Amino acid sequence: MQILLARWEFAVVTVFHFFFVPLTIGLGFLVALMQTLAYRKQDAGWERLTRFYGRLFLINIAVGVVTGITLEFQFGLNWSAYSIFVGNIFGAPLAIEALLAFFMESTFIGLWIFGRSKLSPRLHLATIWLVSLGTMLSALFILAANAWMQHPVGYKVAGGQAVLTDFWAVLANPLLWGSFAHTIFAALATAGLLVLGTSAWRAHQAGASAEDRGAFWRSSRLAAAFSLVSTLLVAVSGDLQARLMDVYQPMKMAAAEALYRTAKGASFSLLTIGDLSQKPIFQVRVPHLLSLLADLSWSGTVQGIDNLQAADVARYGKGSYVPVVPLTYWSFRVMVGAGILMLVVAAWGTWAARRQGQGRLGGASQRWFARAALWAMALPLVANTFGWIFTEAGRQPWAVWGLMLTAKGPSSLTLADVALTLAGFVAVYTALGVVDAWLMVRYARQPLSGDGQQEAGEVAGLVY
Amino acid sequence: MPTFANLGTTWFALIGLLWAGYLFLEGFDFGVSVMRPLVSRDETDTRLCLNVIGPVWDGNEVWVLTAGGATFAAFPLWYARLFNGFYLALFLALVFLIARGVSFEFRGKVAAPAWRRTWDGANFLGSLVAAVVWGVAFTDLAHGLPLGPGGRYQGGLPGLLHPVAVLGGVATLALVSLHGLVFLSLKTTGDLAERARRLSLPVGVAAAALLAGVVAWVATAGRPAVGGQLPGAVPLGLGAAGVAAVATAAVLARSGRDKAAFGATGLAVLAAMGAVWSRMFPAVFPASNRATNGLTIAAAASQHNTLVVMTVVAACFVPFVLAYQGWTYWVFRQRLSRPPAAAPGPSTGARP
Repeated sequence: MQILLARWEFAVVTVFHFFFVPLTIGLGFLVALMQTLAYRKQDAGWERLTRFYGRLFLINIAVGVVTGITLEFQFGLNWSAYSIFVGNIFGAPLAIEALLAFFMESTFIGLWIFGRSKLSPRLHLATIWLVSLGTMLSALFILAANAWMQHPVGYKVAGGQAVLTDFWAVLANPLLWGSFAHTIFAALATAGLLVLGTSAWRAHQAGASAEDRGAFWRSSRLAAAFSLVSTLLVAVSGDLQARLMDVYQPMKMAAAEALYRTAKGASFSLLTIGDLSQKPIFQVRVPHLLSLLADLSWSGTVQGIDNLQAADVARYGKGSYVPVVPLTYWSFRVMVGAGILMLVVAAWGTWAARRQGQGRLGGASQRWFARAALWAMALPLVANTFGWIFTEAGRQPWAVWGLMLTAKGPSSLTLADVALTLAGFVAVYTALGVVDAWLMVRYARQPLSGDGQQEAGEVAGLVY
Repeated sequence: MPTFANLGTTWFALIGLLWAGYLFLEGFDFGVSVMRPLVSRDETDTRLCLNVIGPVWDGNEVWVLTAGGATFAAFPLWYARLFNGFYLALFLALVFLIARGVSFEFRGKVAAPAWRRTWDGANFLGSLVAAVVWGVAFTDLAHGLPLGPGGRYQGGLPGLLHPVAVLGGVATLALVSLHGLVFLSLKTTGDLAERARRLSLPVGVAAAALLAGVVAWVATAGRPAVGGQLPGAVPLGLGAAGVAAVATAAVLARSGRDKAAFGATGLAVLAAMGAVWSRMFPAVFPASNRATNGLTIAAAASQHNTLVVMTVVAACFVPFVLAYQGWTYWVFRQRLSRPPAAAPGPSTGARP
C-alpha cells in the first residue's frame, strides 16, 4: 500500500511538472525566435508579440520551476532504497543538470525580465537565448538519468550499489538520444500549437484592431510552419525510438501492442474493444505495420509477452515481468492519436496562413480553423502526458531495467506519512493548476497594443 | 585508498559551501520577504521590496537544488537517509517554497487587493517557514539525532523538534531577517532604507542572542566521540565568530554603513554553516546515541569514478556560474528608488 501511494505521488508530481516543462522549453525557443525577428527587422509588431508570448511564457515557467524543486527531492523522500542503489550514477546527471542548466535558466530569466532597460538590445536578446539553451540542457541531463533507468550502461554492481565504470557510456546511451530528440521536438510542437491556437483565435476575434489582427496572423504563420516541422520530427524521432525499444526493451514493445504471442509480419492494432489478453470483441488491425515499425521489415519477428515473460523468469527468477498491459496499450494509442491530430492541425494551419497571405481565406474557413486551433492546444498536453505514462509504465515492474524492481525501491515510511504528502501535493498542485490556467486565459486575452507588463497599478521602473 | 578519502572530504566541504552559498543568497531573499510587512508602508514599498530581490531570487534558489543534486551524486546514502528521515520537514519546506516561488510572478498579474494580499501572504509565510525548517534541520545535524544502525533516523517530525532545534530555527529566522534588512538598506533609498536600518538594531540584537544560545547549547550537548573528529573548539570558535559578526552587523547597519553591515551578516551566515559542518565532520549524519550508528563520509561517499566525474565537471563549470551570477548583481547594482510620482509627499531622511 505504501509503495502504491508512493508511486501515485511520483506520478502526480511528475505528470503535473511535465505539463509545464514542454511549454517552457518550446515557448522559450519561440519567444527567443520572435525577439530575434523583432531585433533583426527593428519591427514593432514582433516586439509586441515577443512581450505578449513572453508573459505567457513567464506564467508557465514560474509553475514549472517550483514544481521542479519537488522532483529534486522526491527520490530521497519516497525512494531512498532506490537512491542508495543508483546514486553513484543517477545522481551525477541530476547534479550536473542543476549546475549547467538550472543556474543558466534561472539567472538569465531574471536578467531577461528585469534587464530590458539595463542591457543593450543585443545583450537582452542573448539572455533569452541562454534561457532557452538552459531549458534544453536541463532536458538532456534529466533524460540521461531516465535513459539509464530504461537501459543501464556504463556500470557494474558492487556492494549492493550500481557504481559508475564509464560516464561517456551513460551519455552515449542510444535511448538518451532517441528520447532527447523526441522530447525536444514534442516541446517545440507543444509551444507551436499553443501559439498557433492563441494567434488564430486572436486574429479571428471580432473587435480586435486591424493592427492586432495583422500581428497575430504573422505569429500564426510562424507557429503553423514551426508546428508542422516539429510535429513531423516528433514522428520521425518516435519511429526511431520504437526501433530502439524493440532492441532494448522488447517487453515494453509487446506491452504497447498487447502482443501476447510472438508473431512474424506482425500487424498493428489500431484499437480494441474488450479484453486485451483474451478474445477481443472488436479489433481494427493494420497488417504488417508492427513489424515495419519494430525493425523496418515486412515480415520481421516481434516477440510476444508470453515468450518474453518465460525468458525473464529463466533469467531473473520467479515473478511477473509484464507491465500493466491495458495502461501501456491505451496510453500508447492516445499519444499517437493525439500526435496525428496535431499534424493535421499544423498542416491545416500552414494552409490557412498561406491562403490568408494571398487574401483568399474565406470567413467561414477562418472561423472553423480558429476554433479547431483553439481546441488543438490541448492535444500536445495529452500526447506529452500519455507519452510519459507509456514510457514509465512500460518500464515496470523495473525501476532500473533488469537491475532493480520498483518494489525494492521505497523509503522506510509509514503509510500515513506518504498519504499525507500525496494529499498535500495533490491539493497544492490542483490550486496551482487552476490559478495558472486562469492567468493564462486572462493574459491571452489582453490587447496586444498595450505594452503593459502589469495590468494596473503600474509604477514606473518596477517590474513585479 | 587515500585519493578516495580525500575526494570524499572535498565533496563534503563543497556541499557545505553550496548550502552556505544558498543560505547566504536566499537568506537575504527570505529576510526581505519576512521583514517586508514591518518596513513597508504602502503598495509602492511592497513592490520595491519585491523588485530588490526580483531579478536574483530564482538564481539564488538554484543553490539548494545543486546542493541536493550534489548530495545525491556524491553521497547517495546520506541523501537517502537524510531525506527519508526528515520526510515531513522537507515536505513542509517544499510546499512553502512552492507557494513563495509562484508568488513573485503571480502577485503583479492582477490588480485586485485581495489577490495581492493572498500572494503577499504566500511570499511572507513561504519564506518564514522555509527559513525555520532549514534552521531546525541544520541545528539537528549539528546537535546530533538518535539514529538506528546505518544512519536510520526514525523519530519523525516530532523528534526533529528538540528544543535546541526549535531555538535554532528561530535563530536562523532572526539571522536571515537581519541579513534581509541589511540588504534592503543597501539596495533601496529614502524612508524604506531608513526604516530597514532602524529595525536592524533590535532584530540584530535578538539574532545575536538567539544564535549565542544555540551555539552554547550545542557546544555543551554531549555526543559520543567519532574518530578523526575536529576539536570542539573549532565549531565553537566558528559559532562565536558568527555571533560576533551578527552583533557587529547590527551596529554597522544602524549607523548606516550598509556595505560593511552586509559583509558582516554574510560572514555570520558562512561562519554558522562552518560551525555546523565542522561539528559534524567526519560524519555526514552524526548520531547522538551511538557513534557507530552515525554515517561517516567514508561510508556514505560514492565510488571514486563518480567523484572524479563530479570534480571535473564542477572545476570546469562552477567558475562560469559564479561569473554570470556575479555579473547579474553588477547589472542590478543600482539602488531602487521610489518613483517620484508615487512619493507620498516630501521624503524625509533620504540618504545619498
